Amino acid sequence: MRKLKRIPQPIDTSKIYDHILSNNEVWPVVRMAKNRKEFMERVIDESFLKIKKLRPNLNTLIEELELTRYREKLRYKTDPWKVDPDDEVIFWNGVKSQLVDLENSERKEKAELADRILRDIVSRYVHEITGNFKPSHYQLARRIIKFGFARLLNAARVKKFGSLWRGDLTLQDKIQITGETEHLRKLAKIGTVVMVPTHFSNLDSILIGWVIHTLGLPPFIYGAGLNLFNMEIFAYFMNSLGAYKVDRRKKNMIYLETLRTYSSMALRDGCHSLFFPGGTRSRSGKIESRLKLGLLGTAIEAQRINYGKNESGRQNKIFIVPLVTNYNFVLEAPALIRSYLERKGQERYYAESDRYDKSSRILKFLVEFFTKGNNISVSIGRGLDLFGNFVNDEGVSIDAQGYRINTRDYFMFKGEITANIQREEEYTRMLSDVIVKEYHRINRVQSSHLVGFTAFKMIQEKHKTIDLYSVLRLPVDEIEIEYNEFKKAFSKMRDRIIDLFNEEKIDMATHMTEDIDKVIDLGISNVGMYHSRRPLLKNKQGNIITQDINNLYYYHNRMDGYGLEKYL
Amino acid sequence: MAMVSKNISEKPVGVVGAGSFGAAIANILANNSNVILYARNPEITIKILESRQLHGQKLSERITPTNDLKFVAEQCDTIFPIVPSENFPALIDEFANYLRPYHILIHGTKGIMVAKKHWEADDKIKILKDDVFTMSRLIREKSLVVRIGCLAGPNLSKELADNQPAATVVASRFDEVIAEGQRLLRNDRFQVYGSKDLFGIELTGVLKNIIAIAAGALNGMGYGENARSLLISRGLIEMIYLGKMLGADPQAFLGLAGIGDLVATCSSKLSRNFTVGERLGKGEKPDDIISSMEETAEGINTIMIINRLTKSYPMRAPITESIYKVMKGDMTIDEALRFLMKSPFNIDIDFM
Repeated sequence: MRKLKRIPQPIDTSKIYDHILSNNEVWPVVRMAKNRKEFMERVIDESFLKIKKLRPNLNTLIEELELTRYREKLRYKTDPWKVDPDDEVIFWNGVKSQLVDLENSERKEKAELADRILRDIVSRYVHEITGNFKPSHYQLARRIIKFGFARLLNAARVKKFGSLWRGDLTLQDKIQITGETEHLRKLAKIGTVVMVPTHFSNLDSILIGWVIHTLGLPPFIYGAGLNLFNMEIFAYFMNSLGAYKVDRRKKNMIYLETLRTYSSMALRDGCHSLFFPGGTRSRSGKIESRLKLGLLGTAIEAQRINYGKNESGRQNKIFIVPLVTNYNFVLEAPALIRSYLERKGQERYYAESDRYDKSSRILKFLVEFFTKGNNISVSIGRGLDLFGNFVNDEGVSIDAQGYRINTRDYFMFKGEITANIQREEEYTRMLSDVIVKEYHRINRVQSSHLVGFTAFKMIQEKHKTIDLYSVLRLPVDEIEIEYNEFKKAFSKMRDRIIDLFNEEKIDMATHMTEDIDKVIDLGISNVGMYHSRRPLLKNKQGNIITQDINNLYYYHNRMDGYGLEKYL
Repeated sequence: MAMVSKNISEKPVGVVGAGSFGAAIANILANNSNVILYARNPEITIKILESRQLHGQKLSERITPTNDLKFVAEQCDTIFPIVPSENFPALIDEFANYLRPYHILIHGTKGIMVAKKHWEADDKIKILKDDVFTMSRLIREKSLVVRIGCLAGPNLSKELADNQPAATVVASRFDEVIAEGQRLLRNDRFQVYGSKDLFGIELTGVLKNIIAIAAGALNGMGYGENARSLLISRGLIEMIYLGKMLGADPQAFLGLAGIGDLVATCSSKLSRNFTVGERLGKGEKPDDIISSMEETAEGINTIMIINRLTKSYPMRAPITESIYKVMKGDMTIDEALRFLMKSPFNIDIDFM
């Protein structure tokens, strides 16, 4: 085995984190919840003005209103959801008749009427987006999560009913938090944190909610897909955990601007936020390589406005904290990879159909996870400013040479802070590149990831004359990798991982350095362990076989992007 | 031309590098603003103060010379670094101490560099795409400056100095950098186009120098316009292929900074690169040519880098390769010409 130049960080699961702020009252998110009405009014006002600025001329504004009405009608006709409000049709018909009235009015009245319609639409959207966060609910929901999950977990470990009520095992044994935890706690005290996790599973938001709570942080608000609110149990938790609603069906400009304003304003008020910058769950199982720039852009905007409004005093800096979830087993993997391949393979539009769309199924999912799923680790990265520079524990941005950076300068033009949308779009792109790099750097390799990668690459190498899709159609009973060959290849892969680890380009679990046969065994028994068709198994001869090559491909993808295959 | 004295109250604009192109740009900028011109050598600063002359150009009264980089960074928000690529890394290392994220840098250096050490001495060191640095990438990685742009186009220093009509391209990913570049440079004899393709514009300006050397060689051998036109059009295709390999979009190569600059440098004795080629064509030894040049011809360095780079990929660049061999003494200029005329790349256009 390659020599280690640093030691993989062991995880102390017994560590207890105090709450960073003892007094609920001072949490910005609580303040926001208390003054909900006032907050919503501000969002409405600002969104209204922003949209007016984007459509400064009356005709273009009217066109936008017409277009929005048309698209909304199309949406509720072709793609209605259970969560949609009952008065949807009434509202948009109302808009329609107002638009007709508008056509027939005098120019001066026209402008007034158009403004009024716009305001009504914005106001409706703001009411829909705004979460139902209640601090009392938060406490309760937290307790339920903690208590309930712990019970489930215990039930899984000790199959006697009585032990359900003994707290001898905790969730913390199962979910391991690693990385810059103390750093994150410090940043959350002095500024506003935007956590940007990778997204592999529907479980992520609950998992991260738990992590935030365990680390003693105040609640984070986050945009959750409106589709999740179709399911009562999710809806309950999300409403309680500070979620606001994001409807991916609505792609009209008025909605998107309103949503952006909501997020930006919450950040400016100091509410810690959670964005899944990849947008949706990774279909392929790869770590995100391209991020959605919309919400990240709101953080940059919020930072600029904060810098503009107060010269000194309060720290009003926004910090980006990347987070990577490391699962050995993703319950949705088979469905995700199927949809990925359908889309990639045939360029055909794939309509998202969620298998977990009923509360009962979600419950089953959770039970399966906590009774079946093995350990998950969550890696927390170093804080970044919005321009991709690391920050120290005091929240000061530091350049590669170790000098302090005044980040205000990034918004300066001729000695003044200026608003420039195109500049901020460029900054968002730069930031997203850095986040992707950080994901790959803090990714904590587990044996399960690496056995999956090695096995799939060996199969591909053996059939190198055929393309990926043909490899994925190979009959599984014809695939068998001789153990010693596998071991040789795996050992090369592990050496490469250690090289990368030494260069601080990746992280790895402590078990990775153990005896090679042991590492392989652990990996094989863990990778996608509870799928009915296992990605990897050992047969009687001790050779490596697969029961589902698509699943294997999914888990293999996790290690994509490091150029490991060159070393096979 | 009327001297328009506007923006007097504004901060001065910086020019770093007092070569002939730097001097010409400083003079153009001085039409619209006060300018601080940095020269590394203190003697040049003194010379400018005494004579107001640089490389035979008369310098505007609005240009203040200095040899203090810190002063430039403190006084100016927008700075035009115009130094040879071989001096660029050392410059940016020192300059970075004073540069802040609010600075705008628009460079005018048509050269590239390789981030690997000792690659020139050791033939075995491979150069990959990622090892090739344009000046904008160097600025980005070595300093805190993010708002970066470049200048490229048919801008022969002598003609600019004579105030002949001309145009240039300012390229940047940032609209505000383009707008600022246009505002500062534009006058009624100098048109400034904008482009968002920073990388493409940088590359086309760099790669055209290879072709300029080849064109000079044809001239030196006494050949005429048919041969030159053949070379220019084949050269453009070679540039586009090289550019595509490095990840650039072909569009930039077809504009002012591409074809425009290519035609100018392939036809003019005012171009240093053309002159290098011409002397090669007349049979002078490469070493003698290089040692007698007053200012760097970027094309020589570019040929060394691109020739090595193409070795790492399944790609041929016949013009670059032949000039390289001539420079190394592995081929005579006549052999190179014969090789090119026989080369099997006889499809006219296949990159569109």
